[in-house]
This record gives sequence, structure tokens and C-alpha cells, in this order.
Amino acid sequence: MATYLVRRLVLMLLTLFGISVIIFTLLRIVPGNVVDILFDAAGFVDPADKAKLEAELGLDKSIPLQYVAWIGSLAKGDLGYSYVSEKPALAEILPRIPITARLAGMALTFAILIGVPLGVISAVKQNTKLDYALRLISLSGLSMPAFWLGLLILMAFVATTNSFPIYSAAPKSFWQSLLMYAVPAAAVGFRSSALMMRLTRSSMLEVLRQDYIRTARSKGATENSVNYRHALRNAMLPVVTVIGMEAAFLIGGLIVTETVFNIPGVARFLVEAIRWRDYPIVQNLVMFVAVIVVTVNFAVDMLYAVLDPRIKYSK
Amino acid sequence: MPTNEYAAELSRAGANVGGRWSAALFLARRYPLGALGAVIMTVFVFAALFAEFLTHHDPLSTNSAMSLAPPGAGYWMGADNFGRDVYSRIVFGARISLAVGIGSTTLGCLFGVTLGLLSGYLSGWVDLLIQRIIDMMQALPLLVLALVMSAALGPSLQNTIIAIAIPLIPYVARVIRANTLALREQPFVEAARAIGMSDLRIALRHVLPNTLAPLIVLATAQLGSTILVEASLSFLGLGIPEPFPSWGRMLSESAAEYVRVAPWLVIFPGIAISLVVFGTNLLGDAVRDLLDPRQRT
Repeated sequence: MATYLVRRLVLMLLTLFGISVIIFTLLRIVPGNVVDILFDAAGFVDPADKAKLEAELGLDKSIPLQYVAWIGSLAKGDLGYSYVSEKPALAEILPRIPITARLAGMALTFAILIGVPLGVISAVKQNTKLDYALRLISLSGLSMPAFWLGLLILMAFVATTNSFPIYSAAPKSFWQSLLMYAVPAAAVGFRSSALMMRLTRSSMLEVLRQDYIRTARSKGATENSVNYRHALRNAMLPVVTVIGMEAAFLIGGLIVTETVFNIPGVARFLVEAIRWRDYPIVQNLVMFVAVIVVTVNFAVDMLYAVLDPRIKYSK
Repeated sequence: MPTNEYAAELSRAGANVGGRWSAALFLARRYPLGALGAVIMTVFVFAALFAEFLTHHDPLSTNSAMSLAPPGAGYWMGADNFGRDVYSRIVFGARISLAVGIGSTTLGCLFGVTLGLLSGYLSGWVDLLIQRIIDMMQALPLLVLALVMSAALGPSLQNTIIAIAIPLIPYVARVIRANTLALREQPFVEAARAIGMSDLRIALRHVLPNTLAPLIVLATAQLGSTILVEASLSFLGLGIPEPFPSWGRMLSESAAEYVRVAPWLVIFPGIAISLVVFGTNLLGDAVRDLLDPRQRT
């Protein structure tokens, strides 16, 4: 287990290193940098000024040198400066993280609370009208773009209560913030719950066909006991792995939903930074996303070994 | 090979079918949801092909007199702030969604199959290297990678297709590699090797055709997600540039404002996206049930 853990950790670092190289190169093959954009906006400006600014931002150096400079300062915990706001990147990114984290946490809770029970019901009642209805609902949930769902919810609020629940000012109390996040979290969570439900259903169906389920039934266990004590516990194993996938899926939903609801979180910030070619922000945020996804998957793998005694990472 | 499986599948199901039409009818009865998906997709492809004949207004021509006109005679689905006909833009938008969907799925599958086949068949250090690259690509969410790619490449139809195809590659490569690994231990591959066939020939003539069924299943499943990603990219202003009528672009960020003043600008493009993706998902599920009985639920 210990050697496996070390091997996985080394692989994780290698993966992150590779991602950093890919992202860095991708962002620099773009024609035109932030200096070009700023100077284009200002009209004709002295080329000497431009060269000076480029030198100041380190954009005149070769790409490998820029990369080494970035990783070097990253190791020291220095994320550089935002080209646009001229504030330290860390000061721009850090305050936005709790906002997105809260939204993601609420969305994930919503997805699990709705998706898992409905998936179980759908599997137990396989091929009934209820099963078909639930499958159609989950499939339509996966077919709707997250931002459109957000817009529809806004529309429903305008039509019924004449209020417009988009983020306007920082919430003052706990309840106010709960209310403010609940609507966008439901919009993101609905899609994730659809994915969760489909996976719970197919995993549950797989387990229900096993011999030990038949044994449990034949020894006279009640239907509920079979479904929840014998089947669901085993069916939850693959569902746990899905949470790793969910993390990546959720981030996509957060990006568009934060944009719709005007929420000043990291996900919307990434889109803004990409538009402005604000390299220090973009490359650090993308790395941050990669770290989260890789760590969640690693944690899920470990959790899997804890939950399923059949699995031993001995190698 | 797929046609054989298909015929076998039909007879196993107890179908006594003669021609193609009765086979189609049998399948439609057996997979009613899949048939619904096929109908939605047919309408969608039809709209994309014959957009000129289905609309009265040019999707790009502006008319300030009709700015934000609500749905009514002449403008069935209303007009946007430039006075462009929403209905025409949706019908012509089917072309963009279809082009991006088919284009990026094909491109992603092409590279994914090549990598998966190389990785699974050659194994050794090639496999190790390809696996690491795939791990890296999969550590980034589809939309994030597509966002960075489309920002790097710049907004255009062609670049959007490439930007969406790249995140697909690892998914395809994974599935093809797993299948290749299983296939290369099969007796018929061993036999081919025994009679002295070259690796390339075995990979292309014997392994590749047998990965076709999972590939088709994966491609139909991914078609919907490519259309969704295009819509999201265009919604964020980084996909298809103006004035092209992309459904996602029609719902651009000002949409939150339109919710109050012109809800038709939000409702109709969203229905178009959801319906088409719904169609591909229904079709994808049916295709999976038909071609991959192991995953049948």
C-alpha cells in the first residue's frame, strides 16, 4: 500500500508537470499578447514604450525561459501579477475560491441527494412506467446546456416573483448567502444529478443480477433489506468513482452558470482572464483546476480501497 | 462484420424480417426511444441541408425596424436586437451545430483510434508514453481544455472544431486501447501472427474492424456532448464568431438581460440545442444496447 501510494503520488506530480508544459505552450502560440491588446486599444503608441512594457512583463524572453521563470516562482508560492489589474495573481484568485467552492459543494450535495435515490428507484422498478419517466428526465437533464437551465430559472423568477436572483452584492448573512447560492447550485446540480442517477441505475442493475442477491432473497430477506442493505452498498462502489468524473463535469457547469448568475467566483474569472490573455491568471487557474481533478481522482482511488475489502493495492 | 452481428441480433430477438424496411420497423418497435431519437436527428439533418428552402428571411440581414420584435406573423419566433429573424437563425444554426458535431467527433475519433491502436498493439514504452499524455489531457475538464484551445487558436468554425476534437481524443483512445488489449490475445490474431502477417496488417485488418462497434457507440454518445460544448463556447464568446448563427452565440451573455425584455430570444435557441442533444442521447443509448449487449441495462 505504501509503495503504491508513493508511486501514485509520483505519477500525479508527473501528470501535473506535463499539464503545466502543455498549458504554457498553448497560451504562447497565440498570435498577439496582452501588450498588443492593450496597445491596440490605446491606438498609436511609441514602440519603445511597448518594448519596455514587454520587457517588464518578461514577454521578450524565449518561451522555455518564461516557463522556467513561472515554475520557479510557483515553487516559491509566487503566482506573479495579473497583467490586467496589476494586482498579485494570488490576491485576485484566493478570495474567489470560497465562492466557487461553496457553489460546487451545494451542487454536489444536490446531485447526490437527488441522483442516488432516484437511480435506485429506477433500477428496482426496471422497465416500468416510473423507470421510463425517470430515465427520460435524467436524459433531458443531460441534454440541456447548464447555462440555458440557469436562464430558464431566471425566467421563472421574473415571471412569478418579479425578482431577479443574480449576484449583485456580497451576501451579509448566512441565510442570505444560502438563498443566493441555492438557485445557481440547483442549476448546476440538476445536470450532475442526472449523470449520478444514470450511473447509480446501471451499477445497481449490475449488482441486482448477482448470485448473493438471489441468496438474500431466497433466505427470506425483505425486499427493502435486499435493495438497501445488500444491493445499494455494493452498487455505491462504482458510484464513488463517478464523483471523480463529477468533479470535472461540475467545473464545466460552474463556468457557464457563474457567468449567467454573475457570480464572482474562480470559474467565471477563468473565462474573463482567457479573454484578456491574462497569462499569469489563466495558467495558474488551469493548473489549479488540474490539481483539483487529479487530487480528487487520487482520493477516490484510495477511498475505493477502503470501501471495498476485495481491492488491495499491493504492487 | 457489423452487418453479421446486426442480422444475428435480429434473429436472436425473434424477428422474422425480410427487407430493410421491416427490419427498421422491428427495431423501432423494440427501441421506441431510439426511434424517437432517430426522428429528431433526421429533422435536424433535414433542416441543416435544406435551410434555404425552409426560411423566408436571410439569417444575417438586419432590420432595425424589427429590433426585438416579439413572435408574430412573418417572424414566427420573433427577432433579435438587430432585427434578425430568430427562426431563420435557428434553422441555419443547425448547419453549424451539425458541422461542429460531426467534424469534431470525426477528428477526435481519427486521432483517438490511431493513438489507442498504437498504444494497445505496440505496448511497451509507446504505450506508457501515450498513457501518460492521455492522463494529462483527462485531468482537464472538457470545457476548460476546449476554452484554452479555442482561445489559443482564435475564433472560427474550423478552430472551434479542432478545439472540441482535442479533448475527445483521450476518451476514444482509452476505449480503443482497452479493446485492442483484449483482441490481441484472441486466437484469430495469434493465427494471423503465426502465418507471418505484419503487425501493421494485423492491426489494420484484424484488430481495427473489431473495435468498430465500441467506436460507433462512443461516437454517437460523444456527438451530443460536442454540440453542447460548442454551444457553451459560443455562449462564452469564444466559439463561433458573429455574425454566424450559432445557437450558443444566440444565447450570448446578454441573454440574462433578454430574460426580462425578450424571452423568445432565450427560449427558442435553448430548445433547439436541448432537443438535438436529447435526440443524439436517445439514439446513442439505443445504438449502445444494439451493438454492445454487455452494457445493456
